[in-house]
Amino acid sequence: MREYDIVIIGGGPAGLAAAVSARENGIESILILERDDRLGGILNQCIHNGFGLHTFQEELTGPEYADRYIRQAKQLEIEYKLNTMVMDIRPDRTVTAMNKTDGVFTIRAGAVILAMGCRERARGALNIPGYRPAGIFSAGTAQRLVNIEGYMPGREVVILGSGDIGLIMARRMTLEGAHVKAVAELMPYSGGLKRNIVQCLDDYGIPLKLSHTVVDIKGRERVEGVTLAEVDQNSKPIPGTEEDYPCDTLLLSVGLIPENELSRGMGAVMDPATSGPKVNESLETSIDGVFACGNVLHVHDLVDHVSKEAAAAGRNAAAYVKGSRTVKNGGGKAILLTAASGVRYTVPSTVRPEQMEDSLTVRFRVDNVYRGRCISVYFDQERVSRRKRPVMAPGEMEEIVLTKEQILGCPELETIRITVEDE
Amino acid sequence: METKNLTCINCPMGCSITVELDKDKIISVTGNTCKRGEDYARKEVTDPTRIVTTTVRVTGGRSAVVPVKTRQDIPKEKIFDCVRELKNVQVKAPIRIGDVIAADIAQTGVDVVAAGSVEECAAAAGSIEE
Ligand SMILES: Cc1cc2nc3c(=O)[nH]c(=O)nc-3n(C[C@H](O)[C@H](O)[C@H](O)COP(=O)(O)OP(=O)(O)OC[C@H]3O[C@@H](n4cnc5c(N)ncnc54)[C@H](O)[C@@H]3O)c2cc1C
Ligand code: SF4
Repeated sequence: MREYDIVIIGGGPAGLAAAVSARENGIESILILERDDRLGGILNQCIHNGFGLHTFQEELTGPEYADRYIRQAKQLEIEYKLNTMVMDIRPDRTVTAMNKTDGVFTIRAGAVILAMGCRERARGALNIPGYRPAGIFSAGTAQRLVNIEGYMPGREVVILGSGDIGLIMARRMTLEGAHVKAVAELMPYSGGLKRNIVQCLDDYGIPLKLSHTVVDIKGRERVEGVTLAEVDQNSKPIPGTEEDYPCDTLLLSVGLIPENELSRGMGAVMDPATSGPKVNESLETSIDGVFACGNVLHVHDLVDHVSKEAAAAGRNAAAYVKGSRTVKNGGGKAILLTAASGVRYTVPSTVRPEQMEDSLTVRFRVDNVYRGRCISVYFDQERVSRRKRPVMAPGEMEEIVLTKEQILGCPELETIRITVEDE
Repeated sequence: METKNLTCINCPMGCSITVELDKDKIISVTGNTCKRGEDYARKEVTDPTRIVTTTVRVTGGRSAVVPVKTRQDIPKEKIFDCVRELKNVQVKAPIRIGDVIAADIAQTGVDVVAAGSVEECAAAAGSIEE
């Protein structure tokens, strides 16, 4: 069986940044396994600009951002295998994968980094009545068809869901000559960035219908139209508000979920709030020597955050392989990080002070749109910080930084709570 | 007198800004919380520009299309002219990031460059193995 110090599952921005950082931290033997025919992950189909403002102080397109990391990985001569699907990972870190040239093969890994990204919610989860005619696509599938295959899936379009992918596709389809009639959003607010609402919808006069959903799809062979209706506070359609929209295509942009079949198969403890594995301060899952980063851990909206998080996972995996860590997985004192009122989840979910780097970035999301509130951090009963935030929304990830000094200063500390509070 | 309403995109606050205009002259900007909002509104009302990204057909490459972008932002009203002109452009693989795909697009003085790379297809047709 071949052995590598670090095996990385997925060659998107997370996998690439983890590999680069592990190499920079002294690990020679690294292998990236990627099921697609190229590195770069989802960024290859995100041809719009707006990536990398934080990392490179430039507005790059997705493929350009990916290329920066691919070039670094190639320069550092990091080994990778394309068209290779990882099928199974055992808790002892044997990885089983498959491709056309090698067939099915297993590799033993000193440490594993999970970087499989996320996938779109299936339309089955949508609960729309009626037939299932052709012409219904997830927004991401449509994005891949248009931007990589060069194929237009339709001409008259309605989009359900106002997450960023839906907004971006509204503009993209319009530029390709389609007529996008409306974007319907179940919630009273959009899950997408302001910038995308202005530059993808307003610029082209595409209406955004908040508190609306699809209640009917017409057509048996191919979509012929959809019916939108307004919904009440409980997301129930209000009778009498139905409006028909003739169209040949319905795009669904109803959310992303981390791709965690492999993590679950391995028996990693999962976090129901993120659908990703639970991790400690080192971004290590409940399984010894298995780390996670990027969208497989929790869905990110900015790739810059993915790259940063992945670099931390790479550093920590390198430390694990070099045996420079003092505490084993599950061992040592662990402080619980909890999401209190207004906060949906935190990553990580535990902190072991002994293993912490000098500072730790905790990422989280709020559960609603909040204006003029504060983010407060409590060490047990005591509030240790409070930061005013003019506006927070579930669509934009928040972060706070904890320092090792601060935590070591409280030897009795058991729980760190992050919460949204009134001023 | 004319008023224009817009949403500032510079931070998640997303202030609703109202601009009052007399012909092309800005009389007042209200609704913004900070200076960035005013600057944004002034530019949006007098000279709105955008970076345009799209794809262009490729022959003899491992992908059917290559992503492209305008090197700088171009006037907003030129977006469709730009995309239309690019519909008639076809490029031959190999293509490298940064290659000029079309010069002076839609008479804006701005070049359109490749934002992705496409390698040559080993055989002109048929399947490609890694
Ligand atoms: C449509 C869309 C638009 C976005 N727009 C923006 C934007 O404008 N600005 C911004 O900053 N961010 C944006 N983002 C966010 C950002 O691009 C993502 O957060 C980032 O790409 C996530 O990186 P990742 O490496 O975790 O996942 P991915 O890029 O999804 O990479 C995961 C990789 O793992 C591979 N993989 C999965 N399972 C296996 C397996 N079993 N075996 C082998 N390989 C496997 C996949 O093929 C894939 O290549 C957008 C995201 C999406 C989806
Ligand atoms: S005006 Fe200032 S505060 Fe308001 S959205 Fe623009 S940048 Fe943000």
